[in-house]
Amino acid sequence: MTLAADAPKGGFRLSQLIYDTRYRSYTIQFVVFVLFVLFLSWLVNNTVANLAAKDKDINFGFLWARAGYDIDQQLIPYTNDSTHFRALLIGLLNTIAVAFFACIGATVLGVTVGVLRLSKNWLVARLMTVYVEVFRNVPLLLWIVLTFTIFSEVPKEPKDFKVTQEMVDSWTGPEDSRIYPATSMILFDTVAVTNRGTNIPAPLLYRPLGGVEVGRVPINFSTLAVIAVFGASIWVNRRIRAEAKAVQEATGVRPVTWWKSIAVIMLPTLVLLTALGLHFEIPAFAASDTGVSKGFNFQGGINVAHSFTALLIALVIYSATYIAEGVRAGILAISKGQSEAAYALGLRPGRTMSLIVLPQALRVIIPPLISQYLNITKNTTLGIAISYLDLKGTLGGITLNQTGRELECMLLMMLIYLCLSLIISAVMNAYNNAMQLKER
Amino acid sequence: MSDLSFVRQQMLPAATPPVTERGAVKWLRENLFSGWLNSILTVLAVVSLFYLVKGSLPWVSNGVWKANSLGECRARLAEMGPGTSGACWAILVERWNQFIFGFFPNTLYWRPTTAFALFIAALAPVLYYGLNRANALMIGLVGAVLVLILAGLGTDTWHILLSAVIFAALAGAGWFAPKHLVYLTLAFPALAYYLLWGGSIWGPVGLMAGFGLAILIWMQLQRSLGMVVSASIGLVVAVVWWLWLQALVTGPLHSLLPIQLEPVDSDQFGGFLLSFVIGITAIAGSLPIGILLALGRRSDMPLIKLICVGFIEFVRGVPLITMLFTASLLLAYFLPPGTNFDLILRVIILVTLFSAAYIAEVVRGGLAALPRGQYEAADALGLDYWQAQRLIIMPQALKISIPGIVSSFIGLFKDTTLVALVGLADPLQGIRKIVLADINWKGIFWEPFIFVGLIFFVVCFSMSRYSMYLERKLKTDHG
Repeated sequence: MTLAADAPKGGFRLSQLIYDTRYRSYTIQFVVFVLFVLFLSWLVNNTVANLAAKDKDINFGFLWARAGYDIDQQLIPYTNDSTHFRALLIGLLNTIAVAFFACIGATVLGVTVGVLRLSKNWLVARLMTVYVEVFRNVPLLLWIVLTFTIFSEVPKEPKDFKVTQEMVDSWTGPEDSRIYPATSMILFDTVAVTNRGTNIPAPLLYRPLGGVEVGRVPINFSTLAVIAVFGASIWVNRRIRAEAKAVQEATGVRPVTWWKSIAVIMLPTLVLLTALGLHFEIPAFAASDTGVSKGFNFQGGINVAHSFTALLIALVIYSATYIAEGVRAGILAISKGQSEAAYALGLRPGRTMSLIVLPQALRVIIPPLISQYLNITKNTTLGIAISYLDLKGTLGGITLNQTGRELECMLLMMLIYLCLSLIISAVMNAYNNAMQLKER
Repeated sequence: MSDLSFVRQQMLPAATPPVTERGAVKWLRENLFSGWLNSILTVLAVVSLFYLVKGSLPWVSNGVWKANSLGECRARLAEMGPGTSGACWAILVERWNQFIFGFFPNTLYWRPTTAFALFIAALAPVLYYGLNRANALMIGLVGAVLVLILAGLGTDTWHILLSAVIFAALAGAGWFAPKHLVYLTLAFPALAYYLLWGGSIWGPVGLMAGFGLAILIWMQLQRSLGMVVSASIGLVVAVVWWLWLQALVTGPLHSLLPIQLEPVDSDQFGGFLLSFVIGITAIAGSLPIGILLALGRRSDMPLIKLICVGFIEFVRGVPLITMLFTASLLLAYFLPPGTNFDLILRVIILVTLFSAAYIAEVVRGGLAALPRGQYEAADALGLDYWQAQRLIIMPQALKISIPGIVSSFIGLFKDTTLVALVGLADPLQGIRKIVLADINWKGIFWEPFIFVGLIFFVVCFSMSRYSMYLERKLKTDHG
């Protein structure tokens, strides 16, 4: 706002505080400040009075008390003897885990759909439009609950995967052949989807490197070694590509590097994993000598709870529609002249897309993508509808109900979500700045 | 020159293009089979579409509409032939009232229905500004449909007649004096409150009187004291009226003229009635608050800017669920001891504030997209801050931000399903009750999900189409 150019006449009069644009903003700010402070003190005052009336205080000491409840999905060791703080950490890790996989899945699906929606293929483009409109105009919570319901109603019970005595008795085929249960596992008999969860193979090592526990957080040397070797391979691959680029700039001919890249990225990690003795433990029922299954549920492997799978799938299919719209808008924002110029230079459509259009479109796509990642992270809280124990489920759910410390739990939870949001947006903004057009 | 034996004198008629270059064949080649990749995609799409339709079409059309339990429904399907798959729409028939009205008293269904019809009538002059004749016809149509529905609900003749007369009057007003329909829009909040919650008519009247008082004072003092000061005085007077004076006036009025409807408790609200009440109120409230926040964020006054930025970033950083749980668990701590107001109202307030922060960011984008020249031109004309905002800046900034604002509204309406998590009986809660708790219908889930999803889809999809229509209508550039 500009200042009116009325020169001061005479001395300062009190009415100038209202009528003179030079002073009015100070008056307004002063009044707002006073009101704001009054409002805050009113809130604090009420809170103190309410807490006193209920004989409570503000005390975060409950975090170190025994939690006393179980959490079925735990990425670091936890028992019901652990503290509430440990439960909080488990919840936070569960939030991050589902958000991480959902971001990856939604990006892959979203980019595919966004590109297909612009496809020249009339039918595919229409189908993708229908997908986007249907999934983004129905509430996410509905998708989450529906996916979870499907998972818990449609698959068979674990007992249907068993080979019973009757099956063995009534078997008429060859003696040494396998007897199939009523329901069979999928993906070459490695994954079993039951109504109690999905059983997937667990990666195990014959010769692990061991590990230590630092401050009750276990550190696994095998995992660290794999990450380190893989990181080093990526770095070497970047060097190879950089050299290839230097050769191309100098001579105009790019040396063929794809086989070198594949070898450098894959081989060292594969060698290390073989040396450690990687194998997969496939979930199965314990069986007697005659082939009859024993026990009530699958042994071995990892049991992934349906709450995780359903939340992940619903988040992916819902958020992908928004990402698809962002990708489509980004590609449409690149003027047609760019691709025409690329064709004029003799580039084929695939290379035009990857070298000319996408790098420019990325600048338009990234900002909405950031806000989608933030939304996915915040939407993981809807997992409480299907009892997924994320941060909202542990700290803001069971811990809150057990200790009765609403104020502390809610404030702490809001603070943690706020920090998560700020971290994600800081990282993605840094990436965005790196991708931005460098102007003079 | 004469060794040419024949020279054609006329042009040949144009030959028809080859068969691959015309008609349906050309279209198919260009749009479905332009390359091997596209051909594969087309075949895949056709095959999956075929299986989708083959699987779902008989299921939908074989649906059973009359049954008392899932078992009875399955028995009927088995009668049609072994292996017949079919939906069990009977659940929707049985639970229809619960999905739409929740636990609203059966005999009072005419009230929310009338309120919804009035909502459409009140919205018409805003949505289709300038299309007066169409508005009047639409209001007439809504009135006719309302009368039919009320008759179907078994409302008494007196109420049906009354609503027919009111809608005829409204349609007439829309035809002859379309501008005056805006008064219906202004009075609608009080009317809807009265119809939904019931009680004495003097409560809503007193509420509106407070607003009227504030606006009157603001109009009178605006010239001499300026926008901000006069508005604050008006607001203070209104608050004083609501808190202390209103009861003194409306109490005697009520004993003098006891016009009242049977009161309905908030915890009897449910189903789509609840979604619409929360959604519409929060949408109407969040836009003005969002605009003020956006202006505050771009203000020159550091303190106001700080407060607005802090509020917006805080709200956008936390999930809506935490806000809802704040409403249900924490608000009791922040208010004076003994205050106990309705959970629905608390939820509405927090959802409104939540959505306002998002709208503020959208509007800020619109404000930032305006060329600087527009601000300078407004200053050059000697307009003060609020005049410039009202006449120059906001009309353009809001026009730019229409798509963003409408998608915030859509998001808000979809988020009303979250209130199920704090224990309110919205449609999703209705589904969960059926799936988890009803012995008769255990094992059914596609039908209620499809029904609820379809209603949300229709509402949200129409909102997005309307925003496209509005964009086209307000477009002033060429080309």
